[in-house]
Parts: sequence; C-alpha cells; structure tokens
Amino acid sequence: MGRPLAAVTREPLDLAALVGSVSVSPGHGAVTSFLGVVRNQHLDRRVTHIEYEAYEPLAVRGLERIIEEAQDCWPEAALGIWHRVGRLAVGEASVAIAAASPHRADAFAACRYAIERVKQIVPIWKHEFFEGGEAWIEGARADPSDEAARRAALDPA
Amino acid sequence: MRVTVRLFARLRDIAGAGELVRDVAPGATPRNVWDGLVREFAPLGDYSGSVSVAVNADYSRLEAQLEDGDEVAFLPPVSGG
Repeated sequence: MGRPLAAVTREPLDLAALVGSVSVSPGHGAVTSFLGVVRNQHLDRRVTHIEYEAYEPLAVRGLERIIEEAQDCWPEAALGIWHRVGRLAVGEASVAIAAASPHRADAFAACRYAIERVKQIVPIWKHEFFEGGEAWIEGARADPSDEAARRAALDPA
Repeated sequence: MRVTVRLFARLRDIAGAGELVRDVAPGATPRNVWDGLVREFAPLGDYSGSVSVAVNADYSRLEAQLEDGDEVAFLPPVSGG
C-alpha cells in the first residue's frame, strides 16, 4: 500500500499498478490511461534513446499540482501520474497516467488534461540521442500561473 | 549572503556544472543571480527570455527576494512527457 499518485522514478513504469492505485472506489465506472513512449524518430532524426532529467522535488510537486487542478475540474475523478527519468530506449514508457471516474467522459478529459499539463509545467527535460548527434529538447516556458496555458490544456487542439 | 544555484539540461551543459555556490549582496533577487551567471557564461543569455526560476524547490519569480542559504534553480523550457 501507499504508492503515491504523483511520482518521478528511475524504474520502468507499471501501468497496471498505477491503474490499481487510482481505481479504488466502487463508484468508479471508467478508468482511462495514457502511456507516453519513446519514439524512434523526431524532426527527421533517427532517435536511438532519450535521457530524461528532472528537478525531482519540483517535478513531484508539479505532478501533485496537476492532480489538484484536476480535482477542481472533475471532483469525482481520481488521477495518478508517474514519470520516468534516466536512459530510456525506443519503445520504453516515459510517462504513465491513469484517471478513474464514475463516467467515461471525465476519465478521458482528466487523462488528456494531465498529459498536456505535464508538458507545460513539470521540470523534466528530454536529452535526445540520434544517429549523428544529440540535442536537448525544449518545449514550453514553465509557468504554472499562466492561466491561458491551463485553459489550452483543458481544450487541446 | 550565499546561495546555491541549480542548473538543468542545456543550462547545466553551458555552465559545465549543475550546482554552483555564489555570494550575492543582501536583498539580491534571482534576476541578480541570473545576470551574474550570464556574465560568467555568456551563452546562458539566450535563455534570459525563457528561463523559469524556483527557490527552494518551489516556483518563484525573478524579482523574489532571496535569503541566505536559499537554493535557486534556473529551468530552461521543459520537455517532459
């Protein structure tokens, strides 16, 4: 018992364990999950592996914040987010998300919101290694108080 | 007073270290610390418009007032997921 719903770990992600952690209520009729997986190409580069780096204490707080935000939007939903760091080969899961709720609409919405917010505010970085080189990937300027970004995560394109 | 600076991802590569200790004037802000780093490591200047800051592992602002012993982290744009 006692698996946290927000975690940053060097261990391979166990989606079934995460689903078990969020789906504890008999009132939950729907569970959705998301796995982010290392892809073999990016910007026409043949990716060999990715090293994920985190500012771990703040990353865990960021994941906890996302879970709290989701609680505000979908009070009956339960959400769990685990992110892996370290060296990941193509095909390995970098992030696992599970959302449980009474009905499917909220479970899908909470799961989608969580991955969009992970990409916006959690201090984790991809160091991509590909045939012929390596590069740090840089996405969003991390600003948890940016309400426009939060609204965009609620209604992604 | 003295602060610990944490740098991540490409910022760490540019500075050649993920952790630095710097003496700063009383009342210094993360912006003062950052400006000092840019003077030391000029390529960090590319990030002056996109860097985020955390103080003691909590998101903060470049204008925040630092205390002796604080940990100031500078974060390039994130790319988790």
